[in-house]
Amino acid sequence: MNGMVSHAHMHGGGGPPTGRKAPPAREDLLKGFWRENPVLIQLLGLCPTLAVTNSVANSVVMGIATFFVLVGSSFLVSLVRRRVPNEVRIATYIVIIATFVTVAEMILQALVPVIYKQLGAFVALIVVNCIILGRQEAFAGKNPVGRSVLDAVGMGIGFMIMMLIMGSVREVLGSGTLLGVSLFGPRFEPWVIMVLPPGGFFTLAFVLLAVAWWKERTAKQAKAAEARDLDAAGRAA
Amino acid sequence: MTAGDGPAPGAAVPAAPPAPPAVKTSTLLTTLGVGGAIAGLLLVVVYGLTLPAIEANKQKDLEAAIKEVLRGAERYETLYVVKGALVANAPEGADPKKLERVYLGYRTGSERVGFAFVAAEPGFQDLVGLIFGYDAAKKQLLGMKVLETKETPGLGDKIEKDPNFVGQFRGAATPLVGVKRGKRSKPGEIDMITGATISSRAVIRIINNTLKRLGPAVEAYAAEGKG
Repeated sequence: MNGMVSHAHMHGGGGPPTGRKAPPAREDLLKGFWRENPVLIQLLGLCPTLAVTNSVANSVVMGIATFFVLVGSSFLVSLVRRRVPNEVRIATYIVIIATFVTVAEMILQALVPVIYKQLGAFVALIVVNCIILGRQEAFAGKNPVGRSVLDAVGMGIGFMIMMLIMGSVREVLGSGTLLGVSLFGPRFEPWVIMVLPPGGFFTLAFVLLAVAWWKERTAKQAKAAEARDLDAAGRAA
Repeated sequence: MTAGDGPAPGAAVPAAPPAPPAVKTSTLLTTLGVGGAIAGLLLVVVYGLTLPAIEANKQKDLEAAIKEVLRGAERYETLYVVKGALVANAPEGADPKKLERVYLGYRTGSERVGFAFVAAEPGFQDLVGLIFGYDAAKKQLLGMKVLETKETPGLGDKIEKDPNFVGQFRGAATPLVGVKRGKRSKPGEIDMITGATISSRAVIRIINNTLKRLGPAVEAYAAEGKG
């Protein structure tokens, strides 16, 4: 499931293989948005995706904190990748990640104490978010600093996009508000379960379902387009 | 690792590939040591930078909490616990931040509402920190608010979030006794939260212990004030 590259017809970098290689830098950045989105495609980092997306504000702050930790750790891990002996690789990566998480925690506590309290234990849990250690192992530990940072930024943005989608759906349906602003007026009966844990699972399930449907549809369209092209080429010959 | 060679008499055995150079223990220790040192340095710097903002936030929260557990209090005085007695001013040379504090709330004028205590003790996961208001004359609680908790979300954190649980503390007679849910019969009994016995017990224990420890000092101060 890791890093599944879809060959379906997608926008952004990396279409069907042509003779020309896509510029690696742009690829490194863009693949995290959709093609290898850490939550939608790699199914990593589901814990915060389910737990803290009951409001857009919480989702955004958590997304930013994770982004900060991901980019910072990828940068440092890539910087020291040749100096770290293999035997202590994981331990060193964890020290780096945990340091960044603690720094993020202190900054959140100082700047946004109310949201920090609502996020509760989940800020500290960023340490065990699989996306972060996963990217260090899969990419930052083996690639130069520039590419690693681009990869981390792409993955971080992909994660934030997903958090935003989940948070918006759950807050609008479950509280009738968006960023605290009431959308439907006082008569709206909020669908409370959407801001509770089951709502997180339902929302994620439907988002994944929608993504799977979309990919199947575009795969079918690509196949149909290929068949037409072959047909046309056959008739022309 | 040498390639396993089946019995082939007369065939040349290929030379084993050279084993990778063993990493010296000192290198491992140095790497982790340096990494740890840099991490520690970074943490200390950020801690120092964020400390003022965090302390200011905590102070604001505390003031709001005092007003919440001492309902009707317009202002409050900070008293210090010095050698088992409550005094209005910190003794010379002592750092007021290091002394234990008790807050005395007043309604408009000089009518006293009650004392507020901040205390923390281990709960299920980590320390549970709370503030509670106490009426020394009636020996009753005025309210309780959990300030810091890392208890299990959804279960233990009900000590903070469940209004039914928290509401029991208003007007509760001391000392508190925890009972199974639904079995309250006497004043001072507190329904514990099903599935969060340890967290509930921690709250009750914190309040009882604090009152046992500071009760006499508070009563002395209260009596003094009336005289």
